[in-house]
Amino acid sequence: MEIQVKKEDKVTIVSVSGKMDAVTAPDYEKRLQELVAAGDKVFINDFSDLVYISSAGLRSILATAKDLKSRNGKLLFAGIKGPVKDVFEISGFGSLFQLHESLDSARNSIG
Amino acid sequence: MKQQTLQMEARLENLPAILGFAGECAARAGFSAKRLAEVELVIEEAVVNICKYAYPAETGLIEITCRGDRTSLCVRITDTGVPFDLLAVAEPDLYADISDRRIGGLGCYLIKTLADEVTSRRDGDRNVLELSFLAERTVGKETGDD
Repeated sequence: MEIQVKKEDKVTIVSVSGKMDAVTAPDYEKRLQELVAAGDKVFINDFSDLVYISSAGLRSILATAKDLKSRNGKLLFAGIKGPVKDVFEISGFGSLFQLHESLDSARNSIG
Repeated sequence: MKQQTLQMEARLENLPAILGFAGECAARAGFSAKRLAEVELVIEEAVVNICKYAYPAETGLIEITCRGDRTSLCVRITDTGVPFDLLAVAEPDLYADISDRRIGGLGCYLIKTLADEVTSRRDGDRNVLELSFLAERTVGKETGDD
């Protein structure tokens, strides 16, 4: 799994590629926690190149989202497809979060 | 296909090796890439549960046995750790919002949703989890997604 972080004016884009599993998910959570602690509040997770996610990844996302919500922050998703989208749908994450087809559409929704 | 068994210490570092073994068995059974990914996910969830919770005091073993043919794959995963019945784990509330949504329970839910059949039993000092997969998933399939 690789994580790239890009800070823009209103939003922090976190692009995750590869596999988010029980071994790699803690790295994602730690990285996001650092950004949240540094004051970032609005995040778009770009999952265009994420090919696999397990419940460990879902747990890390939910833990981050709970933390952000308590700080009036927000976590959006862009580019989710294939098996990752299936797992999101099965676990109810599809209705828990805003999922956007593209990064642009996610950016536009923030306004 | 003949039966194949792998035995390893139940540690998270061994997850890639265990998944590689199960993936090869499923690939030989002729499963599609999509179904292979689902099989891998289910086995990760089961193995991670064992690595994290079965042996709180000291490390123990995990044994995985795969048997498959062109249309189905049976995977048996055993450990000699703390008694655990995966089927007794409460299902997560899929409709709770972020604040109320409980962290946990999702792994067992994914196993029950993505495997075609799940049995869980205590046999002497062993937990025995049996998972069967058809080449095309029959349960938990959402309508209208094809």
